[in-house]
Amino acid sequence: MKKIFPILAILTAGLLSYALYEALIVAPTEQTMGDVQRIFYYHVPSAWTAFLLFTINFVASIVYLIRRNSRADAVAVVTAEVGVVFCTVVLVTGPLWARPVWGIWWTWDVRLTSTLVLWLIYVSYIMLRRFSTSGQTPVLAAALAVFGALDVPLVYFSIWYFRTQHPQPVIGGGGSIDPRMLHVLLINWLAFSCFAFLICWSRYRLERLQRDVEEMQSLESLLEPRSVR
Amino acid sequence: MSLLSNITAATLAKDIRLEWRSKDAINSMLFFALLVVVVFSFSFDPLAEESRQIAGGLIWVSFLFAAVVALNQTWAREIRNQVLDAYRVSPAPANSLFLAKALGNFIFVAILEALMTPLFVMFYKLRPLGPAWQLIPIAALGTWALVVNGTFFAAMSLRTRAREIMLPLLLFPISIPALLAMVRSTTAILTGEESAKFWIVLLLAYDVVFTTGCLLLFETVLQAE
Repeated sequence: MKKIFPILAILTAGLLSYALYEALIVAPTEQTMGDVQRIFYYHVPSAWTAFLLFTINFVASIVYLIRRNSRADAVAVVTAEVGVVFCTVVLVTGPLWARPVWGIWWTWDVRLTSTLVLWLIYVSYIMLRRFSTSGQTPVLAAALAVFGALDVPLVYFSIWYFRTQHPQPVIGGGGSIDPRMLHVLLINWLAFSCFAFLICWSRYRLERLQRDVEEMQSLESLLEPRSVR
Repeated sequence: MSLLSNITAATLAKDIRLEWRSKDAINSMLFFALLVVVVFSFSFDPLAEESRQIAGGLIWVSFLFAAVVALNQTWAREIRNQVLDAYRVSPAPANSLFLAKALGNFIFVAILEALMTPLFVMFYKLRPLGPAWQLIPIAALGTWALVVNGTFFAAMSLRTRAREIMLPLLLFPISIPALLAMVRSTTAILTGEESAKFWIVLLLAYDVVFTTGCLLLFETVLQAE
């Protein structure tokens, strides 16, 4: 295990630099938007990665609720944290891209708003874990993750209707994509997924170690009074 | 089933009796909502036409804040004297306790709404241009949407530090679609420009989904200690 990690890290670094090269130099410049459009290769892969991580978090939470497996809970913690990071990248690169192209920083469009609400839900998930005092944090967090997942379609439909009622002046995306651009996009997504997997893995190891240490400490504190007497 | 409803009825009657004698939740909610109404009407001072546009948002935001005040007190009295622990070891189904608490909160918030709505109408010179009777199902479904999740999350935040602040942090993000539906449907009826049908259906779907979710998971959360 320990030997694979650095190899994977080097591979990911190589893949990320290759993806950067592809995105900045190889990919064709977009006709109307110009070079600004290259943020696309960071924005979209981050979004896909974030959604993938949140999906894993949901599955891990369900597994935890059924099996009470502490590994599943560790996976849930890790994917939620890393997912929020990637989701933050999406929410930061989005306005940066929208400002020069649409002329506005933000619009209450379906995808933007749903992503923001998803981010809010997962931030509250992390806060619950941080503030929870009992040893039953995993159960509460898993319940919240299930509620969050139930909420996603409702959020999507409500905002979709909200916005189709009031058409926006800006038209985002749609239509076809240059195959070379798609190629670069997929390479970037692969690189981002590897990167996310790497962080998740090291965070997962840290989480497991932390739990082991906590367990040892509580065992020691149980044993200590006896050894003194 | 009869056991479930008997226990629900008994717990609900107990909560209502306690509330009737102390009036803690109702009084603090009412005064809080009143303050929100007064502050909002100072800060906007709208014309009749403008107030139709914004009143839906103001009404529901003030009810939401006021409901949080009541929801925070829901479980607090069960913690004193270890009532909740006694409930955990008793063979009574957890869901009957949950339903009683949610129904109790629903009644308290509904009373608040019935008392506050005339004030809103008075301060904001409201006169709905759409079908006003639809406000009743919207209020009922919307209130249930707030209290069902609120009761659940209040039980969850019992085991956290800073309990009082944790409830809104958990409740607000999840409630966004319901809140949007309540505000948009109320505005639609006040302005009379569009139909509120979609939003009522959405609220109904929200209520069904989350009531089911709460009933499935409440026992797990109650036993988590």
